[in-house]
Formats: sequence, structure tokens, C-alpha cells
Amino acid sequence: MTTAKTGADLRIINTTKRFGDFVAVDDLTLTIPAGSFFALLGPSGCGKTTTLRMVAGLEEPTAGTILIGDEDVTWSKPYKRPVNTVFQSYALFPHLDIYENVAFGLRRRGVKDVSKTVEDMLALTELTGLARRKPQQLSGGQQQRVALARALINQPAVLLLDEPLGALDLKLRRQMQLELKRIQTEVGSTFVHVTHDQEEAMTMADTIAVMNAGRVEQLGAPADLYENPSTTFVANFLGQSNFFDGAVTDRSGDYVSVTVQGRHVSIPSSRVHTQGADVHVGVRPEKLRIRYRDDAQVNDNDNRLEAVVSDSSFIGVSTQYLVDTPWGQELTVFAQNTHRDERLVPGAAVIVTWAPDHTFALDAAQDVDAGVEIDEDAATPDPVGVSS
Amino acid sequence: MSGGAVVATAVEQRDIRSHPSGGGATESKAVGTSKWTPYVLLTPGFLWLALFFIVPTMMLLMFSLYSGSLDQGYAFEFPGNWSTYSAVWEYRAQFFRSFLFAGLSTLFCLALAYPLAYFIAFKSGKWKATLLVLVIAPFFTSFLIRTLAWKTILADDGFVVTFMNWSHITNVLALLHLTETDRVLNTPLAVVLGLTYNFLPFMVLPLYASLDRMDPRLVEAAQDLYSSPWTALRKVTWPLSLPGVVAGTLLTFIPAAGDYINAELLGTTKVSMIGNVIQDQFFVVTDYPTASALSFVLMLTILVLVFFYVRRAGTEQLV
Amino acid sequence: MATTTATPPQHSAGVPRTTKRPSGPFRWVRERIIPIIGMFVLFYMFLPIFVVVAFSFNQPNGRFNYEWVKFSFDAWTNLCGVGGLCESLQLSLVIGLVATLGAVILGTLMAFGIARYRFRGRSGSNLLVFMPMATPEVVMGSSLLTWFVLLAFARGTTTILIAHVMFCLSFVVVTVKARIAGLDPRLEQAAMDLYANERTTFWRVTFPLVLPGIVGASLLAFSLSFDDFIVTNFNSGSTVTFPMFVWGAAQRGTPPQINVVGSLMFLVSLTIVLIAQVVQRRRKKA
Repeated sequence: MTTAKTGADLRIINTTKRFGDFVAVDDLTLTIPAGSFFALLGPSGCGKTTTLRMVAGLEEPTAGTILIGDEDVTWSKPYKRPVNTVFQSYALFPHLDIYENVAFGLRRRGVKDVSKTVEDMLALTELTGLARRKPQQLSGGQQQRVALARALINQPAVLLLDEPLGALDLKLRRQMQLELKRIQTEVGSTFVHVTHDQEEAMTMADTIAVMNAGRVEQLGAPADLYENPSTTFVANFLGQSNFFDGAVTDRSGDYVSVTVQGRHVSIPSSRVHTQGADVHVGVRPEKLRIRYRDDAQVNDNDNRLEAVVSDSSFIGVSTQYLVDTPWGQELTVFAQNTHRDERLVPGAAVIVTWAPDHTFALDAAQDVDAGVEIDEDAATPDPVGVSS
Repeated sequence: MSGGAVVATAVEQRDIRSHPSGGGATESKAVGTSKWTPYVLLTPGFLWLALFFIVPTMMLLMFSLYSGSLDQGYAFEFPGNWSTYSAVWEYRAQFFRSFLFAGLSTLFCLALAYPLAYFIAFKSGKWKATLLVLVIAPFFTSFLIRTLAWKTILADDGFVVTFMNWSHITNVLALLHLTETDRVLNTPLAVVLGLTYNFLPFMVLPLYASLDRMDPRLVEAAQDLYSSPWTALRKVTWPLSLPGVVAGTLLTFIPAAGDYINAELLGTTKVSMIGNVIQDQFFVVTDYPTASALSFVLMLTILVLVFFYVRRAGTEQLV
Repeated sequence: MATTTATPPQHSAGVPRTTKRPSGPFRWVRERIIPIIGMFVLFYMFLPIFVVVAFSFNQPNGRFNYEWVKFSFDAWTNLCGVGGLCESLQLSLVIGLVATLGAVILGTLMAFGIARYRFRGRSGSNLLVFMPMATPEVVMGSSLLTWFVLLAFARGTTTILIAHVMFCLSFVVVTVKARIAGLDPRLEQAAMDLYANERTTFWRVTFPLVLPGIVGASLLAFSLSFDDFIVTNFNSGSTVTFPMFVWGAAQRGTPPQINVVGSLMFLVSLTIVLIAQVVQRRRKKA
């Protein structure tokens, strides 16, 4: 078994996993640089957990290679890899106390004197004093930290986290997000964090890979992914987007001209992610500026269109407007409530403008609704216990 | 049989809720074992059961066709001693009585066990665990001794029977041929009561397991929709508890049909059950072939009855 | 300027009549009918136990112990005074221990095989295991007897042991299987993630967590074996176990020592179960 190397590159090469006819991971190639906090983001069923389990050794790939540093671990048993996992349900050993849970990996590797290391790790995860309790006696947040301590104490080259914060309430989750980030920076390991929560991924990760149906849709830093999505899935999964159908008229120069319903729209060429003539023109709701039509003064460089307000919701920090375009499409506009205009009520005529640099254009062949979030957390009631 | 079957079924029904799996098969093949492992694990137990349960049952059928006696020895003479099966007709009264008593005691058990199980499942609050222990507790004492105790309780000049005589309950029951006019012991009623008593936990625990899994708010919903408590019971609780009812009735009826202890201790020769006859044939008359025939027919009848019952009840959640 | 004055509500159909909370003697009973019946049934279940314990302190006149004569400690102090009682008790204990050992070993192996692996014949195995539990004891006892007679295998302690292991096996399998099924598979995955190979994982994680089920199955098997009558009666030859002693006593004469043994059995098992309860409750508290 290899010794743990802090921060080795993790390379997943052309890896596929099939369960019968179902393809969970589809020819995935990914490099996760050493020492980074990497997030695998996607809806449930997209293959992110399966990928994680293949890295841990708990699933065997149908095809492909997995390398940690220079070592090919594709077919190694889980207990022979320098990889540790923080499980979604924590999987703490109920018959052992916290001390023994945390020390488990060390003992299996034959480390003789574990007491100092265990105590240091308990201090790092703020669990001192709970060493002799059993997992069942701890709160959710404490259990989560035990799971983290148990994995981290082995100084793995790669630490895998499978939606570890899912069971925590909002406040605790926020707290743990910062904690994990701090620990990762301090320790310097490579963290691979699997989640379906886009806010969580963007908060914590240096790099995000957005996954859908077994493939990576886009890879990059959170800001890059958010501001310049390259597929409709990413545009809808991270935040929200408004889309128009458009036709490219002129590709020469730094700005591409696109016609949308007879109106001219400018888009920087670096933000046009397709070569075709038909495009989806996208702009995020918070980038749209909404003004009362009669007294609007518009910057000539901005993209613009006229619309009529159909709904307005005061959220506190912002107001969310739904506006109808002349051709019947509904747009969402988020306006920060710095200077709230009382005249913007349903029926009001408005002008919606935005900077060209905030526009992006995507392949028209893609589904414009891909990645729009369905409420995955709605539990189906199960009164008779039949389905369990 | 002591409370063993009860506990086992209750345990099984509770834990049929297998663990929610997140990624990876639930019945996990331990990573990297050979495909012969299950067969190796099963073989010892399987062999034991095959050798000492399946084979003997087939032997029973074979033996019923043998002729001979204990002194001279037994042998198979072609085409087999089918006259042994005439005993089935001869003892038809006992067969009938066995199933009648078993059926009656199963019904009584159900009537008594259902309220108790309901009480423990829904209305016992913090006493739930204690009550469950109390339900199993009597079955830690030898059931023979407990059955003998009924001889004291139902003694002719005892408290219970005196009361029943005074209130003329015994007279009414005598009209139904369940008791004698001034006696309860050594009557059919005593046997049925004994059977009911012996198998009560076999009914309580599966019922409890089934009821416990039900969300009590379903009854509230029914009441919100204009059901009286009784209607809610009929239309909501009872249908949802059916798996427990089926398991409980089977675990009660099957052993009761073959019982002979209650008949022997609490009844008379006039109320003997088929179990008594079989035991008699083996140890007193020592006519092994006839005894085997009777035993085999009993088993077959029960299998058939169970098959149709389970089919009709529609649940296969027994194993 | 129009003044609006509030007019007091007229006493008409719109005003609610006050109703009284329903009461009456029958109401009190009806609301509590389920607990009442429940407690009655429990009492019915315990009644013979009270009689058994009470009559262990009896000093009967004749051979049988069905009527109360007078209070005495004789039976308790002179437990082995009755011929054959202590010998049969000892035999039952020994048979119980050995049969339990056999059934638990075979049964646990089977339980792991069935619960953990998918293989052809899995549902058949489930059925096979279930069948002894669904067979009347008369049939099981008599079929074993005919088998032993055909084999010219003398009936005695060995045949009793064989029979006991046989019917205890099913209960052990069912109990342990349920415990295994309730085990979170990710605990084993976590162990392997933490450098434990398959063998270590089994002995350090799986087995300790299944152990309570095995212990429960052992207690179950022991009580089944100790208390068994019908199957034992058919296959014992001239050997006498404790239940058979009681059966014989029912014909010959029932000494109060039988009640003493019954009371002791009850007390010992009740104590074990209560201790287990307390231990479990202690574990759950912080």
C-alpha cells in the first residue's frame, strides 16, 4: 500500500460505469489538480456519486483508468488506496466510541501510538471532550465532524466528500462550509466534494465540474461557470437564465451581431459558444436593468427591448419582476432594491436593458429547459411503510 | 412450542424494512468474494434440514405403506399397504374436531390479541417496551406447567367455575355442548380455552408488528372525513393490519391443529384431537404404518388449507 | 355626519347554543375500552403464572397439586426430593446448551449466506427454512421417528439433540437474517475505505454489529429446546427430559417442585430480559 502523499493529482481517464443497460458515468475524463478544492456538481442521478465511489474503490469501472499521482489505482481494493471518504450518512461505527472511530484507519495501518494524533485531530474538528461518547449520543453536526476527522486523520492524498452537509440545517451547513474550506487550506490535501447544491459548490470550490447524465457539461472556476456558461444546462443549473431565439448575422470583429425578433443584440465573441447560425441568446435576470419607459435614458451600447410588467414580487433584498415582451415571451428580472421605482407595477410599460458583455450565446440545438431545477427535496409521504 | 416463533416473526416483520441504500447494492456482495461462498455457507444447515426434515417427511409417506409390526419388523410389500389410509375415514371425527378446535381457538386468539396489540402499538406511550416484555414473559415458563395450572383455575369447586355456575353461564354453554352443566374442566370448552391461551402470543406479536408500522395519523384523517372510530377501524386500520393477521392466524392455526397436549390435560377421551390419535397409534397401539398415514394426511390437509388461505389473503410477506 | 352604532346581535338562529362536554358513566368506559380490554388480556395471560408461583408454596394432600391446602416452603427447600426431577432438569439444560450451540453455528452461517448473497435457489432456501416453523410438531416428531426406526437408529439423547437442532435452526436463521438485513452496508464500505481488508472488516465491524442478533437467537433456541415436548416425546426412547417429566407427572402425580422449577424459569428469564432492557436504555442516553 502506498504511503499517503498530501496533494497528488487525481486523473480520471475515459472512465465509464454501466449498471446493466443504464450508463451512470459516460466516458468521463477529468483532472483534479493537487491541493485544490474541487466540486462535482449536478442533479441526482448525474453520476457524480458513482464517480466518487470509483475513485474510492467501492465501485469497479466498466472501462477506463484512474490515476492518483503516478499510481494506477483503477483496480485496487479500497483499503489499498491513499483515499478516504466522508460518507453522506456518516457511516460511523455504532459499536465504537468516537476515539476508536477516529483511530480506526490508523490502527488498521499498524500505527502503534495513536493517542497524540487522535487528540490533535479531535482538537482540529472541535470534538475534544466527546472522545468516549458513542455516535448515537452526538448531534448531527458533531457526527459530521467525527466522519471528517476519521477520514482526515489518515492524511489521504485525496479526500472524497459525498454530500456530507445534506443532513444539516441551514445555519450549521453554512458554518461547516467555511470550516471545511479552512481545514482544506490548512492541511493542503485535495478535496473532492460531491453536491447537488450549487450555492455550496460555488462557495467552497476552487474548481467546479458540472455533471449531467454521466458527462461533464463544463469545468472551471465558479465565477467563470456562472458568468459564462457554455451549455444551457449549466446556464439553468447555476442560477437562472433568460433565453431568446436568435440568428447570427455577423461574426467578424470582437462582437458578434445576432438578431432577436428583429432587434439587434451584441455579444462578445468569447461568449459565443457555438458556430451555428441559430443560437440561444442568454442573459441572467440580475444583469437586466428595468426602467419606466417614459423617462428611460439608455446607453447606446446596451442591448435593449421594450416590455410590459406582468408581475412584481418584493423579496426584501431585491424585487423580482416578470415582464412580457412584445412577442409574448416572459422574462425574469431581478432588481436590487437600492432605488425602488414605485411605478413599476403590473401593466407598466418598461424598457429592459443590459450590457453586451453580460450576454452569452449557446447552441440552439440544446434544450432550453435543461437543468431547470425540479424540487428534489420534496419527500413522498409513506404512511404504511410499504415502500421501505 | 414456546414463544419462539412469535418473536422470530415479529423480528422478521419489523426488519423487513431493509436499510435505505445510497449508491451501491443493498444486498452487497462483500467486495471480492468468490461465487461459491453462498453455497459453502448454506451447505451445513441445508444438509441438516434436508436430512432431518425433508427426508423424514418423505419417509412418513413411505412408512405409511409398509406392513408388519414392531416385533416382526416392517417391510414394503408391493403395491403397498394402502389399508392404513382407511384410518383416515375411521378417525374423521377427530380430524374434524381438530380443525374445528384450531379454528375456534384461532378466532378467539384474534379477538383477544387484536385489542391488546392495538393498545400496545398506539396507546401505550412510554410503557410500550415493558408491555412487549410482559407479553413474551409468560412464555418463559414451561407451557406444560402453565397448562396444568389451568386445571387449578378451572377446578370444579374453584372460584371461576363456581361463579360460572352461579350465573348460569355454564348452563348456556352446556346447551351448545361446550361444557357439562356443572363442569368446565374436561370439556371441549376447556380444550379450546387451553389452545387459545397457549397460542395467544403467536397472534399478538405479528399483529403488533403490523400495526406498529402504520401511521396513526391515517385514523385521524379518516375521522376528519366523517368516519366514526368503529368505521375507521373497519375501513382503515383492519385492512392495513392484514399481513399481521395472516401471519398470526397461520402461526396459531397450524400448531393448534396438531396439538394433543391441551386435549389430554384439559379434555377427555371423548374430545380427543387427531394429535391424540397419532400419539396413541405410535406409542400404545404401536401401529406405525397407520400412525404415519394419519400424520401424513394431517400435514397434507394443513398444506392445502394454508395454500388456499394465503392465496386468498394475498400476502406473501411470510418469509 | 352619519354615526354608526353597533347593534347588539339578536338572539336568532345565528347565535350558537352552548353545549356541555359529553359525560356519563358509559362514556368513561367507552373512551378507555381498548386499554381495558388490553389489560384484561394481559391479566388472562399472566393468570396461570400467578397460580404456578402460588402453588409452589403449597403442601398438597394427595398426589396432585390442584387444590390449595396450606402454605409451606418444603418444595423450595427440597427441590430434588422428587425422584427423577433433577435428573430430567439437568438433561434438559445440557441438551439445551448443546442444541443451541449447533443451531446457532449452522443457522448463522445460513443466515449470512441467504442475507448477503444473490444466488440461484435463494427463494427456495427461504422457503425451506420457513417450513419447519409452519409444520405441526406432531408431524415433525412422527416423521423423524419413522426415519429413525427405518434406520434402526436407537432413540435417546442423540436423537433428541438431532431433532432440537433441526427445529431451532429455522428460528436462528430468521432472527439473525433480520439483524443482518438491518445492517447499513456503508459501514463495511467505510471500514474498507479506512484500510481494513475483507477479513478485518468482517471481524471488526460486521460481526460485532450482528452479535446482538446472534445472542437473541441463542436465547430463543435455548428456550425452544428446553421447553419442547411433542417432538422430544416422539424421539426420546426411554430418556426423560424435564417437559416429559412434567407430562408423566400429570398422570402419576404433580409435586409442587414442578411449580418451583416453573417459577424459577420465569424469574430467571424475566430478569435476563429486564437487564437487557435496562442496558439498552442506558446505551441510548447521553
